[in-house]
Amino acid sequence: MPNQISRRQVLQGTAAVAGVLPIRAALAADTVIGFVYVGSRDDYGYNQAHAAGAAALKKVAGIKVVEEEKVPETDAVEKTMESMINLDGATLLFPTSFGYFNPHVLKIAKKYPKVRFEHAGGLWTDKDPTNVGSYFGYIDEAQHVAGIVAGASTKTGKLGFVAAKPIPQLLRNVNAFILGAKLANPNATLQVIFTGDWSMPVKEAEATNSLIDAGVDVITCHVDGPKTVMENAARRGAMISSYHVNAAPLAPQAHLTGAEWNWEVLYPRFARMFTSGETIPNFYRGGLKESLVKVAPYGPKVSDAARKQADDVKTKLTAGDYVIFKGPLKDNKGNVVIAAGINRGQTDPELEKMSYLVEGVIGAAS
Amino acid sequence: MKADVRPVTQDKFGWLQAAWSERLGRAAEYVVIPALALAASLAAFGIFIALSGKDPADLYFYMYQGAFGTWFSWQNTLSRAAPVILTALCTALPAQLGLVIIGGEGALLIGALAATSAALIVPDAPPIAVQFAMAFAGMTAGGLWIALSGALQHYRGVNETISSLLLVYIALAILNHLVEGPMRDPASLNKPSTREIGAANMIGTIPGLDVHWGLVFGVVAAVLAYILIFHTVFGFAARIAGGNVRAAKVVGLGVGRLILIACFLAGAAAGLAGMVEVAAVQGRTNANLASGYGFTGILVAFLARHNPIAIIPVAILLGGINASGGLLQRRLGLPDASVLVLQGMIFLSVLASETLYGRLAIFRRGS
Repeated sequence: MPNQISRRQVLQGTAAVAGVLPIRAALAADTVIGFVYVGSRDDYGYNQAHAAGAAALKKVAGIKVVEEEKVPETDAVEKTMESMINLDGATLLFPTSFGYFNPHVLKIAKKYPKVRFEHAGGLWTDKDPTNVGSYFGYIDEAQHVAGIVAGASTKTGKLGFVAAKPIPQLLRNVNAFILGAKLANPNATLQVIFTGDWSMPVKEAEATNSLIDAGVDVITCHVDGPKTVMENAARRGAMISSYHVNAAPLAPQAHLTGAEWNWEVLYPRFARMFTSGETIPNFYRGGLKESLVKVAPYGPKVSDAARKQADDVKTKLTAGDYVIFKGPLKDNKGNVVIAAGINRGQTDPELEKMSYLVEGVIGAAS
Repeated sequence: MKADVRPVTQDKFGWLQAAWSERLGRAAEYVVIPALALAASLAAFGIFIALSGKDPADLYFYMYQGAFGTWFSWQNTLSRAAPVILTALCTALPAQLGLVIIGGEGALLIGALAATSAALIVPDAPPIAVQFAMAFAGMTAGGLWIALSGALQHYRGVNETISSLLLVYIALAILNHLVEGPMRDPASLNKPSTREIGAANMIGTIPGLDVHWGLVFGVVAAVLAYILIFHTVFGFAARIAGGNVRAAKVVGLGVGRLILIACFLAGAAAGLAGMVEVAAVQGRTNANLASGYGFTGILVAFLARHNPIAIIPVAILLGGINASGGLLQRRLGLPDASVLVLQGMIFLSVLASETLYGRLAIFRRGS
């Protein structure tokens, strides 16, 4: 039991807190790292991806991991972080939900300047405390590669996307997916249904069903827990492309590939920097090249030609010489959104404001 | 004449004594029976934990530790109790009239929206004026929201439980629409939110405590509600109408007026909770506000048997259970759902213990 702390240690910790002494003395041997999740750790989605990163840290000697799931984005998360600092002696925290950052992480970071906070979301600006960092992965790169596989595998030419809210990060995934699909099948279309929130299992199931009723035969999604979508789509005979984590265990035959986070590489990297006294960059982003995201292994239904085409683009993305969003690009209302001759690379701030769906997508962003 | 005086006095005294011990016995009953129910559910939860291979002694130790064991834990517990006291009043007040209102979450959301709007309309007024405007707007909007359920019940015969619950979803839809549309701060790209009310307009924490002012508002509101229900003519009339609405009408009580006022006050309490969430915690309105305080309030109100004073300790107890839930996850590796199991067990055993009232002879020695 690596993260078990004896009662005596807790009492010592309590005494230390009461006496306003540094608690770390009680647990001096190890670096304690705390993880906070907004949902459950086994959601086959956003939270499970982070928990996989935490699990990778547990294997590192000299590190203790403490975890808490289903912590809402209210002052509850402030108390959870403080509890990890005060009662467990955590010195590095990973509050993983996007909505934790402002005001909660910023507030607690100001209160505990010696503790390091690493938030998933890429929200840090130079006005924020320097003991806070925010990181994020360009997962649209992996969605682009998955789109190629989906475009090559579809029989009907109709792809489906179950989406939560029309925010820039999500629209970027949708657009990257159809742009990939069109490389393999120029006539492919992608129908999007927005459910309105991050975790709406009933609506997600309904959206999946209505997409399949409309002739869609490959489904992907961007919701917090893709399990409902994946299981339903596979049961209805559609092919699936996973998101957040590899959904192949749910339906090995129907699974094509997918866009996954690769936190199990990033978190040990951060922990090494932290324990060796090196500064973790406050703003940290990357895609396939920095191995912050990955493409799920191809399933049995993916043809050799599709594998080759997808691998080709993946290699270029990993080398860093491939641009997904380049002009001329039209949205699905016919307006030019990126003029001819303009390349919008991953770090282009214009992409952060994406508010359109590109040509080939059936649906409306607003 | 003289001979009569002594026996009468003695008799009077005896009657007083009997009444006093009757009252004491009943008060003790209200403490001892829920305490027994709580102990029973904790014991049952201990068995549940033992069956999943953990040591129940650790469980109780960490529960105590995480909820009340340190000064930090106390503040953690009180922070979690604060909003729930107010939302519990949203169920407890209409309950005096026999109404089962479960839509406190909706009043909280609408109150938060109204409070944020008020602050955004007059952002540069003196902070105290902004804060009063926020509280007024939040309470009025929340009050009207629940009064709507009361009015539908009284004038149209719509079941108030269903209507108040459905109004939660309408409130959430309005909130999402405004936050993602007209009221959206264009800078909130990936987390649609309204503009911030400004750091100067935040109400901050109670001096010396890391708990926001919502706790004080909640305790004051609970005491005022207690006085209103048990020490005013309005409260008496409301309880009459709650006991027998036809009798109340026969004696000429304006039942419709009573319902509307009680529902308005109930909604105002939840609306104030929404204002506090904005002004003390979030600093703006977004989907984070729909975190279920309104629903926890229903549980607290029922456990407190709709007594406003009892709501305070019950809210603190549930706050403590939630606060210790984190430690149980971290130290014992229990899933978050185990805390829900415990809450369910407490709820069931307290409801089941209702049958014990008036049946235990030990409380009846006086009569």
